[in-house]
Amino acid sequence: MHLYDITIVCILIGLALYAVLGGADFGAGLWQLATALRPSASQERRRRAERIREHAHHSMGPVWEANHVWLIFVLTVTWTAFPEAFGAIASTLAVPLFIAGLGIVFRGAAYALRAGSSKPSELGAIDTIFSISSILTPFALGAIVGAIASGRVPLGNAAGHLFSSWLNPTSVLAGVFAVAISAYMAAVYLAADAARNRERWLREQFRARALLAGAVAGLVAIAGLPVVHADAHRIYERLVAGPGLAGLVISILAGLATLTLVATRRFEAARVSAALAVVGVIAGWALAQQPLLLAHLTLAQAAAPHETQIALLVAIAVGGAILFPSLGLLFGLLLRGRFDPAGEADAEAERAHAQRPYAQRPHAPRPQAGRPTATARSVLAASSSGLRARLALAGLLGGLGLLTAAEAPWAHGLGVACLFACMIFAFLAVDPTGLAAQEDDG
Amino acid sequence: MSAALAGGALLASAQQSYLRDASQMQALSFTVHIPLVCFGIALPSMIAYVEWRHLRSGEELYRTLARRWTRVMAALFAVGVITGTILSLEMGMLWPGFMSTFGGVFGLGFAIEGFSFFMEAIFIGIYAYGWRRLSPRAHLLSLAPVVIAGFTGSLMVISVNAWMQHPSGFRLVRGHAVDVHPLAALFGNSFLWNEMIHMYVAAFIVTGFLLATPYAIARLRGSWGRYERTALAVPLSIAAVASPVQVLIGDWAARDVASEQPTKLAALEGLAHTTRGAAVHLLGWYAHGHVEFGIAIPKLLSLLAFHNPNASVQGLDAVPLSQQPPVNITRISFQLMVVIGTALALLGLVFLFVRYRCKRLPRQPWFYLAVAAAGPASVVALIAGWLVTEVGRQPWVVYRVMTTTEAVTRARGVPVGYGLLAGAYVLVACGVAWVLRRLAGAPLAGPDDPLAGPGDPLAGGGDPLAGGGGAPQPSGA
Repeated sequence: MHLYDITIVCILIGLALYAVLGGADFGAGLWQLATALRPSASQERRRRAERIREHAHHSMGPVWEANHVWLIFVLTVTWTAFPEAFGAIASTLAVPLFIAGLGIVFRGAAYALRAGSSKPSELGAIDTIFSISSILTPFALGAIVGAIASGRVPLGNAAGHLFSSWLNPTSVLAGVFAVAISAYMAAVYLAADAARNRERWLREQFRARALLAGAVAGLVAIAGLPVVHADAHRIYERLVAGPGLAGLVISILAGLATLTLVATRRFEAARVSAALAVVGVIAGWALAQQPLLLAHLTLAQAAAPHETQIALLVAIAVGGAILFPSLGLLFGLLLRGRFDPAGEADAEAERAHAQRPYAQRPHAPRPQAGRPTATARSVLAASSSGLRARLALAGLLGGLGLLTAAEAPWAHGLGVACLFACMIFAFLAVDPTGLAAQEDDG
Repeated sequence: MSAALAGGALLASAQQSYLRDASQMQALSFTVHIPLVCFGIALPSMIAYVEWRHLRSGEELYRTLARRWTRVMAALFAVGVITGTILSLEMGMLWPGFMSTFGGVFGLGFAIEGFSFFMEAIFIGIYAYGWRRLSPRAHLLSLAPVVIAGFTGSLMVISVNAWMQHPSGFRLVRGHAVDVHPLAALFGNSFLWNEMIHMYVAAFIVTGFLLATPYAIARLRGSWGRYERTALAVPLSIAAVASPVQVLIGDWAARDVASEQPTKLAALEGLAHTTRGAAVHLLGWYAHGHVEFGIAIPKLLSLLAFHNPNASVQGLDAVPLSQQPPVNITRISFQLMVVIGTALALLGLVFLFVRYRCKRLPRQPWFYLAVAAAGPASVVALIAGWLVTEVGRQPWVVYRVMTTTEAVTRARGVPVGYGLLAGAYVLVACGVAWVLRRLAGAPLAGPDDPLAGPGDPLAGGGDPLAGGGGAPQPSGA
């Protein structure tokens, strides 16, 4: 076991999380697109299409950005730990990478634009225009995996073919599979969210979609075996009769289990098994591919120096220790339904909240008298605006002396600290909210 | 023989043209991304301040303001995520030579930045969707990681840029980086701190003035309730205290450039020959080895750069012509940044002066006209400043180690990508302009208020008017 083995496992975990979470997001976009493609003549059908779109949006909205940062994680860790391989992959596969990037641009833009509207007609238009990306990005990313798996990325600056490297049987298969898997995951997750919200009609809608997409994904996988056999023989051999077999078996079992769980409406368990199916695919691919990273480049040859791996792994460990609890908090709030659109009763409570005089509200902090911090507050209050202004001026003079006149690096550090103190005290001395409030009297 | 030479020249010129397209594509992506970064750094603090005022005073006005700005933050952050993703894809797509050779040296900075990005994304999600669902204190606290991550994230990105400007922490042996010390490379670098602080303060200036701009326009159009005054005063105060301080920080950064990147300093001052007691030229145009039509201030450059009016300042001729950056772009960008920066500092001082002398907001319309112009102007200064840094290090991608020609991709089709990306960004920019106009123009409570519930047709029972009528109208005139 080498250090770079741990790093590549981290990259694969990131990739799996992106495939599961980002995939579910693109899949949700796909289902939003599907509602728009069917002409909806009647008022009732339009309303239903709208509900499907809104449900897909609300399930993804709070976590969209966090899901997409997994891609950034994969990119940055790869280029740090395996720089030459990254340079080769990114330059040879520049076209699919760029297509994936454009897709992400449009998907993100849809979320940004939604901030400005609450009209159903506009929301529908926004979703439709931008959900084309839901097909583009998973397909392009799948094609990249196919290109790497079939050994079509040679070492060097754009050394592979600009198009045939990713427009070949294995890549197209992987791309189509990625789209199908995304749609499948999204349908399972959206059905689970609807079940949690007790939205029966939505639950059944997405249950049917999950079963359909699961069947399609399975068919693509079966139809793909002869393709991989013919086009990428090394991977095929090692996948069906070599180290990759374990992943393949896990994936098939988890996929079948998910279909059963969805069919019997046990959606929360289906979430886990659907994710496991994707993890199985990625693990199987990785095990079949190793020890090669590119066609003629092993992992060991591609790895950055030892020092880099150590620093990177420490950074990942520390970052992960902060990241995973935070992600747990976010998904905990999401999955417990804390971010769901307020139900009728909640909305009513919110309105009442807005109308009730402030002092009567449940959460409102009372006026501050009698608190333990009251003395501290009174001291602060006593430090009048004049004192703050004088402190700001002192900070400015200190900064001028230490940063501008002095030459030593330590003096510069102190000088910057002085200037920051100056800015903070000056801002407090200005007291903008008080300034804005007093104008009423004048 | 001559045919082979001609072929070589053709290849070189083809590569040169790819280089130009790749550089411009990178510059475009960067120009779109960097103002969004400013909002990511500075806007959470401003929202936190306003929400804190709400918790302290209980006034609904501050809550409305914080919610409105949260919408802006969420929209701009989503766009920042996508433009940031494009930038990281481009690192590999356009500059594989750079990534292949040095990814192991500087990549760590981006990896850590990725975690900061994560924290921002997670807690912006919690904050933006948690208005009704978290206790007020927990809700305000959920902004703290966003503020911290805004700092650490920009620190990491700048550590990479500072390393490109002032590389260390490795040895280059036959095109491979050996003896790699990533921590020393990224953080043991004198360039990091002045670049970082300069950018961080710039983020507050840009965000402050840009956020104040629509309210200054509102004031010019005669809508000047307490809501607008508060919404103007908070960001404007921040920009007003930061912009004079930025002059001192910029001066510090320039002195470091003078000692570490003398060729860049020579380019941004248009100094062809090494000179004792060098002058600063205002305006003008660099041609034939000197600044034409400029106003010379004798000895000022030596004084500013080395605190000695007779110090010798290295000229462009210290390096061969092939290693000199394009002078006019660098120099004009620098002057633009300095002129705008100085004007913004003066505007800030006027605000502070009126605040202290008259204990009120300024009343003159010209002041609000200036604030309305200051927002866009600060973005121009920001981009000009980055042009100075990035064009001024040309032709190097890693200063004096690797040229951009060695780094650029050999793949065809860069112009196609450039065109497509430009088109996509134009669409996104139109979309963002539409969103911001919507958010600015929507009534504060009522059927069209996007805050009333983002697409809540499931919840509202189809009658959005029900809640609108009784809600307070904070813009009390």
